[in-house]
Amino acid sequence: MYKLSACCSMSCGISLPPKMILASLRGHKQGNGRCTNVPRNVNLEKLQNNYLFPEISKRELQHLEKYPNAKVISLGIGDTTEPIPEQISLSMANYAHALSTAEGYRGYGAEQGNQVLRKAIAETFYKDVAIKDTEVFVSDGAQCDISRLQLLLGSKVTIAVQDPSFPAYIDSSVIIGQAGDFQDKTGKYQNIEYMQLGPQNNFFPNLTITPRTDIIFFCSPNNPTGHAATRKQLQQLVEFARDNGSIIIFDSAYATYVSDDSPKSIFEIPGAKEVAIEISSFSKFAGFTGVRLGWTVVPEELLFSGGFPVIHDFNRIVCTCFNGASNISQAGGLACLSSEGFQAIRAVIDYYKENARILVDTFASLGLEVYGGVNAPYVWVHFPGSKSWNVFAEILEKTHIITVPGSGFGPGGAEYIRISAFGRRERIIEASWRLEKLFSMGKSPLLTV
Amino acid sequence: MSLTNNLSTSMISSSSSAFLAPTSFNASRTQSVSVPLKSLNIVKCVATPQEQQIAYKTKVSRNANIAKLQAGYLFPEVARRRAAHLLKYPNAQVISLGIGDTTEPIPDVITSAMAKRSHALSTLEGYSGYGAEQGEKAVRAALASTFYGNLGIEEDDIFVSDGAKCDISRLQVVFGSDVTMAVQDPSYPAYVDSSVIMGQTGQFQKDVEKYANIEYMRCTPENGFFPDLSTVARTDIIFFCSPNNPTGAAATREQLTRLVQFAKDNGSIIVYDSAYALYMSDNNPRSIFEIPGAKEVAIETASFSKYAGFTGVRLGWTVVPKQLLFSDGFPVAKDFNRIVCTCFNGASNISQAGGLACLSPEGLEAMKEVIGFYKENTKIIVETFNSLGFKVYGGQNAPYVWVHFPGRNSWDVFSEILEKTHIVTTPGSGFGPGGEGFIRVSAFGHRENVLEACRRFQQLYN
Repeated sequence: MYKLSACCSMSCGISLPPKMILASLRGHKQGNGRCTNVPRNVNLEKLQNNYLFPEISKRELQHLEKYPNAKVISLGIGDTTEPIPEQISLSMANYAHALSTAEGYRGYGAEQGNQVLRKAIAETFYKDVAIKDTEVFVSDGAQCDISRLQLLLGSKVTIAVQDPSFPAYIDSSVIIGQAGDFQDKTGKYQNIEYMQLGPQNNFFPNLTITPRTDIIFFCSPNNPTGHAATRKQLQQLVEFARDNGSIIIFDSAYATYVSDDSPKSIFEIPGAKEVAIEISSFSKFAGFTGVRLGWTVVPEELLFSGGFPVIHDFNRIVCTCFNGASNISQAGGLACLSSEGFQAIRAVIDYYKENARILVDTFASLGLEVYGGVNAPYVWVHFPGSKSWNVFAEILEKTHIITVPGSGFGPGGAEYIRISAFGRRERIIEASWRLEKLFSMGKSPLLTV
Repeated sequence: MSLTNNLSTSMISSSSSAFLAPTSFNASRTQSVSVPLKSLNIVKCVATPQEQQIAYKTKVSRNANIAKLQAGYLFPEVARRRAAHLLKYPNAQVISLGIGDTTEPIPDVITSAMAKRSHALSTLEGYSGYGAEQGEKAVRAALASTFYGNLGIEEDDIFVSDGAKCDISRLQVVFGSDVTMAVQDPSYPAYVDSSVIMGQTGQFQKDVEKYANIEYMRCTPENGFFPDLSTVARTDIIFFCSPNNPTGAAATREQLTRLVQFAKDNGSIIVYDSAYALYMSDNNPRSIFEIPGAKEVAIETASFSKYAGFTGVRLGWTVVPKQLLFSDGFPVAKDFNRIVCTCFNGASNISQAGGLACLSPEGLEAMKEVIGFYKENTKIIVETFNSLGFKVYGGQNAPYVWVHFPGRNSWDVFSEILEKTHIVTTPGSGFGPGGEGFIRVSAFGHRENVLEACRRFQQLYN
């Protein structure tokens, strides 16, 4: 199942690289349309391309038009594929039915989320680190929370991101006006600090050469590299934030994929409550990518420079710019956190992790440099000396497999491909087989370097 | 224990949250954290009860725009007062005619569809992950044909969302901080508050109770609740809600034609909030796009909240016509789409299944019935206040009754009503200085509660 972007229904030069497609649309007057006198938001002009994942969807569509009979396998967008465990969907169905009864009907919920659910999240994920239910804000997902956090922070803060990283951090930063201009030469936005990650630094930035920024976005387990930061690394990060008076926005959407003893929450690190916000999601945890549910933790101890608690302002944003996650989704969320529900979800997570293991084995056996896949449902494969959009295109053309080119996650991803491990087992196995065919026996120019 | 039981006992809104209590930095933290003393700003936090604790502060400045906001968002304020009142009178039978929250169960045909979709998510064939951020095709198509059939608005002009309030903020993100805006005065507070947050406004001016840089278009009984456009300065964006929250006024075709012309003459964009369109009794336009030329100057936002009781389920939509262009010719819809793809991830698929059922013939009929029920409530409330000799407005085309208390402070009237009758209303000044001297009574409620409320009003004001 793939997402269709409205951009697909508008004619664009489909053979052009994304940047040029957008450029050709500038100044385009449609039909007999008259312009208003409202200036376009200059920040939106700074965005270089479409958001990454609709772009991937578009390529998939184009490919299908070219090869209508191809059995395309999507290992691109990290979209869950396995059914939601029955007890969870049953509780959502029951809640929906109850909305038709006098006793069961509910209108507006608390914008911060249902209190029972907030408690359950605090108890399930933060029991040992004493996060209170009042510090948990239920949402319709991490992508939305990221933008709400940007609204909270405003245009005058500076941010740092991992490089490569989930594109919403950068894109939302550009949109809100923090990022400055895009520099073609470096492939970076002027005001954003890109903390490079790679095998050379064990996928953790060298903080001794990282300048101070107000905000540090940090995702672990990481999308796209799959690396889970160690306790020691996160201690360094928290200390760095404390030294600089910065705020870490810690994205723990893949915490439940951790296999070893890497921390699952930033709050496992002493002192983190005074320097960090944590965002998370039911999407990859429970297959809620379409159901829409997530949460953000803002500790009471987190203060702006004047001493004002960040939580007060985040609450104001949540009350003004949002109206709560769907009550039905929240009912589902609560069921996920029951011991039965959690167990059932674990089985699905293990299923995806086994997929990841198969993919890692496949690439490793082909002699390719492969990372991730152990603590996250993403496999990060290095094609030294290559351009990732070319590798993406080659794989798509020759094996009908959709992946994601690493440069979509930042210049640090330039020579990498991200393969996501969501999918039916038989498709994963089929994909592995096709990849083996492509890369073994020297059939691909990608392996000549 | 059924999980629905768990959820049904809760629903304490932000009124009772700890946010309003002064944050106690000295809360039970027994952990001592040592921090290197590298700068004067960073101090050690040690949990010794007798010493004064100095809390660690980051060096991140608070967003000056949020600091401009005067108080909490209006409706959590009202909820807070309600909760405080309940603490004072634990046995009071409080009746809520304040926050416009729907109370009647959702028709079966709609919830069955949502239950069915939920069940399907547990099957191989029925499972779906990420949906299109703009909404499921079937829902967009049904919205287009149901509401915009002969108006030339197409499926791909429609963006499904988790509600109008969220869409308002997303629209603000599209517009950015460098645009100016006009609002009706009084108006739904999210337009002003989102504008402040976005950085479009100056400081709040206490003497006039307005934010600098916002154009407030006064709507009063004297001007039939339609602004005198000849006195309105040009702004980039004009928020216009009709049928109106809070006044209940519905703009006529003639008035909207003037509004569209005004926008055309000024090159402005109207953001038209049609959340109450189906409450219209009179023969007024239900969509701005009924006015010729509107597609080049208007965006329309709408919601299932007050039609289908979806206030908790969360579903709405926004129409951005292809013909709407920024000054450089760039289509607004393209930027809105970019925001929707980047700052949002689609409305819940279960809610959308409900929305689709709402738009089936059976669903439309069922919604009409529920709307009719609330309209009958409205009629009862209007009659009550009329009979008591009040000047009453609205109630004909919207589920809100706008009652005039000349010369009185609306928060005082709110408090008096709450204290003496245990009825929660909404003070008019919460909607802007133009609301001072008015009380908004919302008509959502069980019939017996509305009748009881009216009895109490009779007692208080007779």
